[in-house]
Amino acid sequence: MSEAVAIAERRKRASEWEFTRPPESLWRDAWRRLLRNRASVVSGIFIVIIVAAAIFADDGFISWALNRETRPLLAPYGYKEVDFENTRASPSLQRTAEGGFPHIMGTDKYGRDVFSRIIYGGRVSIAVGVFGSLVIMVFGLAYGMVSGYLGGRVDTLMMRFVDIMYGFPTLLFIILLMFILGSTAGFAAIRNLVLGIGLVSWMGMSRLVRGQFLSLREKEFVEAARMIGARDVSIITRHLLPNSLGPIIVAVTLGIPGLIMTEATLSFIGLGVPPPFPSWGQMLNEGWRAIRADPHLIFFPALQLSLTMLAFNFLGDGLRDALDPQMRGTM
Amino acid sequence: MVPVLLMVTVVTFTAMRLVPGGPFSTEGRPMSPQIRANFEARYHLDEPPWKQYIRYMVGDFVDTGNIRDFGKHGLLRFDLGPSYKYRGRTINNVLFDGGIVKAAVSVSAQLGIFATLIAVGIGIPLGIISALKQNTVVDYIGMFIAMVGVSIPNFVLGLIFMLSMLWLNQHDLPALPLARWGTKSFGDWLSHMILPALTLGSGGSAFIARLTRASVLEVIRQDYIRTARAKGLRERAVIVGHTLKNSLIPVTTVLGPLMAAWLTGSFIIETVFSVPGIGRFFVTSITDRDYTLIMGTILVYAVLLVFMNILVDISYAFLDPRIRFE
Repeated sequence: MSEAVAIAERRKRASEWEFTRPPESLWRDAWRRLLRNRASVVSGIFIVIIVAAAIFADDGFISWALNRETRPLLAPYGYKEVDFENTRASPSLQRTAEGGFPHIMGTDKYGRDVFSRIIYGGRVSIAVGVFGSLVIMVFGLAYGMVSGYLGGRVDTLMMRFVDIMYGFPTLLFIILLMFILGSTAGFAAIRNLVLGIGLVSWMGMSRLVRGQFLSLREKEFVEAARMIGARDVSIITRHLLPNSLGPIIVAVTLGIPGLIMTEATLSFIGLGVPPPFPSWGQMLNEGWRAIRADPHLIFFPALQLSLTMLAFNFLGDGLRDALDPQMRGTM
Repeated sequence: MVPVLLMVTVVTFTAMRLVPGGPFSTEGRPMSPQIRANFEARYHLDEPPWKQYIRYMVGDFVDTGNIRDFGKHGLLRFDLGPSYKYRGRTINNVLFDGGIVKAAVSVSAQLGIFATLIAVGIGIPLGIISALKQNTVVDYIGMFIAMVGVSIPNFVLGLIFMLSMLWLNQHDLPALPLARWGTKSFGDWLSHMILPALTLGSGGSAFIARLTRASVLEVIRQDYIRTARAKGLRERAVIVGHTLKNSLIPVTTVLGPLMAAWLTGSFIIETVFSVPGIGRFFVTSITDRDYTLIMGTILVYAVLLVFMNILVDISYAFLDPRIRFE
């Protein structure tokens, strides 16, 4: 008897808890799962550090506003600050003869500090990674949305074009595009890189969005929305888009390492941001020319580039597991 | 196949004409306007672009006939036209039988095939082992290595190999040669081939390993695997006959395009290791504005890409008999 009462009591409490437990949105749920993934958390922190270091390497914006020379902030030296007393110095933890910050990653043949240049180089990689995926997202999204929502003959035609684009040797076309856009300094160089890479890499995203839209638009809730008289625009923005956001975010994150790698490849063959501004690929090229004499000029940029790509890959993997637990452990 | 290649020629033609400058107006090489005009007239560069494109496609590239064996060209005759940079040579000559080290295309092809073998030969077994030993130390280590492999750009890996070989050399240990191409003997060829091929193939093998693992894991949970076990088949038969064959289908579909993508990236590996393949022509052909050579190189890669895709379709039908070509 008392046992039955206890069970009933427990049941009641359980059902109360079920109803009083704060409702958890998909995003909060995913966030919790992501935080439980150790590799992703470490990668996320690493990425935040790189981005922060790249942005606050010097007081760029303040100096620009005050119209004066920039001063290094987080980076111990400026990216073109030469030190002719210490050219081609090996990495050391000892302060320089003048009492400056130690060249912990050594210096290159002009005596520029490799550590500072790696921090500055992060600006190029991160900018290309972030803005490149923005371009791909906007373009791929628009293309895939139209194709997937309209379906039918338009869809067949548009996807045929994507197939043809896949037949292009992408990297070679980016190189050709870089020559067309020309080499310029500063922001223009990064803009050209982003445009060049973005213009030939949106196809994967458009295929993904199209696939999502094609399957979602047959679902009951879309039918219901249409029945109560929702217009096309609101069906797309209120129903189709939010429901395909998860895979899109995952694809964007997993696409960033590819963009960073393409940028590094282009910089390596001399088509990226023109010197003296550093990028990791360009530093690798300089190191490659001095591979016998100064291995540290290759080692540190290579390590940084690989670690950054590794971090984005781990974060992307974690995001995918978090947003879509069914996909766990798959590609 | 044909429409894709046609598109490639149109887009490449448009793109390369948009690059400022031309083959005879390069800086640092002064040339009197009259001579330049004559050159351009001989190669029909003074004509409207659409006419030049048609000449490139159907032939009659040079009709003044001053230079020997510059007869009728045209892509339709599988003739890639005369080179602007390598005077007196045709692109077919430059790419397919280029003198000192045999053909550039054949060198690139050998490298590509070797790299593909490495990618598949390491990637698929690694993926299968990881999947069969899911959530064990073997799986974790294998997948961590694969993740690192995916994350290191292949030219960076090439540089790392070079650094280690130099280190071996400094300590008087046996090391592989770092540059150029061996043709003297099989051993010579292999020793020059191994580093660039490993560099090119390792990223691919890591990717394939991840893909294979995911695919095997998915298949192994299917009902027909349980059925096979239930009817008392030996474990080996279940794994080899039922699991592997089915799990290789998705791997094959992505293999073609991915391989082709890696192979187009091979030009940077060829640069790093000074391999005399077609890769080295690509960047220099653009700086020289050697239009026919740009087109030739891109076409070789595009044919490769298209060919890979067809190969994938065929093997797909072979692996999955439900798929038939109409």
